Amino acid sequence: MAQAKRVERPLSPHLQIYRWHIPMLTSILTRVTGNGMIVGVFLAVWWLFAAAHSPEHFALANAVVTSWFGDLIFTGSLWAVWYHYLAGLRHLYYDAGHGLDVPTAEKLGWACLIGSVVLTIATILII
Amino acid sequence: MRYLTDRKRAMGKGAGHTGTLHHWSMTVSAVALAFLVPTFLYVFGTALGQDHAGVVETFSRPFPAILTGLTLFVAMRHFAKGSQTMIEDYLHGTKGKMAIIFVTCLSYVTTAIGLFALAKLAL
Repeated sequence: MAQAKRVERPLSPHLQIYRWHIPMLTSILTRVTGNGMIVGVFLAVWWLFAAAHSPEHFALANAVVTSWFGDLIFTGSLWAVWYHYLAGLRHLYYDAGHGLDVPTAEKLGWACLIGSVVLTIATILII
Repeated sequence: MRYLTDRKRAMGKGAGHTGTLHHWSMTVSAVALAFLVPTFLYVFGTALGQDHAGVVETFSRPFPAILTGLTLFVAMRHFAKGSQTMIEDYLHGTKGKMAIIFVTCLSYVTTAIGLFALAKLAL
């Protein structure tokens, strides 16, 4: 009786089985934006280091940062910052024991999605 | 008679091992960042697109330099711990440990480079 017998266990539900809904989407986006922002941080820190290093190094970093590639990364990071910001505030609200019923959670999810786009556009317009 | 209390035997046995402290430090850094980030976005956004002299001038002033350094430090600690949570979900055993060590070191190195640049620009 020593050999291990393979048991066909039921598979726990995962992304391809669950129906997509707002709290699920917004939770996943929190993780994606939080970890994805490291790309924007790398670019910003390189730009800052180049400015401290030499005018030639800065010219290179600044050319990358102000190119379409830099615009793409920084605009994406800006939206990610605002999305993660709102989702973080929602997390603090959840942790305090509020807003955990389904209708409220869905409203808060929409608030994060729409709010992040509004704040991104507002930031671009103001700065 | 047991010499260890039930609580003592349960400590560190959860999925996150020391999850309570981890969660609490994420809460603290999140609240700190809630104040830092909007101000940082304004300072950084204004500096972005300026010429070399303008950028040097901006970060040689105390407020933008200190704010940027502080935001970078707190954000990279928050990132390292948040990233650790993600790694713990997907990677286990030696792979997981190596990934956590890598992310932790990467965020410290990024912080160090940023702080060095700020010190050089400011002084």
